[in-house]
Amino acid sequence: MEVAFYIAAIVAIVSTVLTITRLNAVHALLYLIVSLLAVAVVFYTMGAPLVAALEVIIYAGAIMVLFVFVVMMLNLGKSAAIAEVQWMQGNIWVGPVLLSAVLIAEIVYLILRARLTEFASGVVDPKQVGLALYGPYLIGVELASMLLLGALVGACHLGRPVHEKAEARYDRNSDGARAHSGGNLIRSGAGRAPDAT
Amino acid sequence: MRRNLIFILMSIEIMLNGTGVAFVAAGSRWGQPDGQIMFLFILAMAAAEVSVGLALVLRLYHLNNSLDADAASEMRG
Repeated sequence: MEVAFYIAAIVAIVSTVLTITRLNAVHALLYLIVSLLAVAVVFYTMGAPLVAALEVIIYAGAIMVLFVFVVMMLNLGKSAAIAEVQWMQGNIWVGPVLLSAVLIAEIVYLILRARLTEFASGVVDPKQVGLALYGPYLIGVELASMLLLGALVGACHLGRPVHEKAEARYDRNSDGARAHSGGNLIRSGAGRAPDAT
Repeated sequence: MRRNLIFILMSIEIMLNGTGVAFVAAGSRWGQPDGQIMFLFILAMAAAEVSVGLALVLRLYHLNNSLDADAASEMRG
């Protein structure tokens, strides 16, 4: 069972090196997803099935979808259609498909042939992790929830429309004008009579 | 040297994943669940970091029309 670990580790290293050397962001994302799946197989062979599942679900499933959405949003424009045609041509998909084929052959072999207890030095099953997570690490779970709430509020604040702020800046008697002038209320025009228009 | 903001965030993800592998390997070596719990915390931190980071990337792209990290060197305050 050592062989499965080493094959998955080699796939992870190769796909990670290909990730940081690609010039196109979408190609790099493809290799990065393959890298995360390979790391998930490495976790499984190390005797951590819960973490392997979470790696696939959260990293490769949620965080990479965020990346793909942002790359798609940044490509809006006239050149997007030309870029799409360029991406559909070529054999760029062969590399990630080959690496993923190695991984899927390995995982099929592991599920069909091997028991989990055969190949790991110390298997830590999800029950132990859950007991420790809600026992001694309860304060850490609460802090992680606070961190995620802060990230939610921060992303919501950063994602608000930009033009509202510009309107507030040029509205002379608004609070936004006072804040923008750095406290200089005369320069911001506060207290003056509004224009007749 | 690469200065694309998307690639910077992807490299941060790779580094966090590497620390996660180290934690899980150490936890598996001693048969303790603490390594996996540390990986769960790293996972939550990575999710928070990447959401805020990608929102910042979108704002910077709308501000500068560029994904170059050097384009953001003229920020004041």
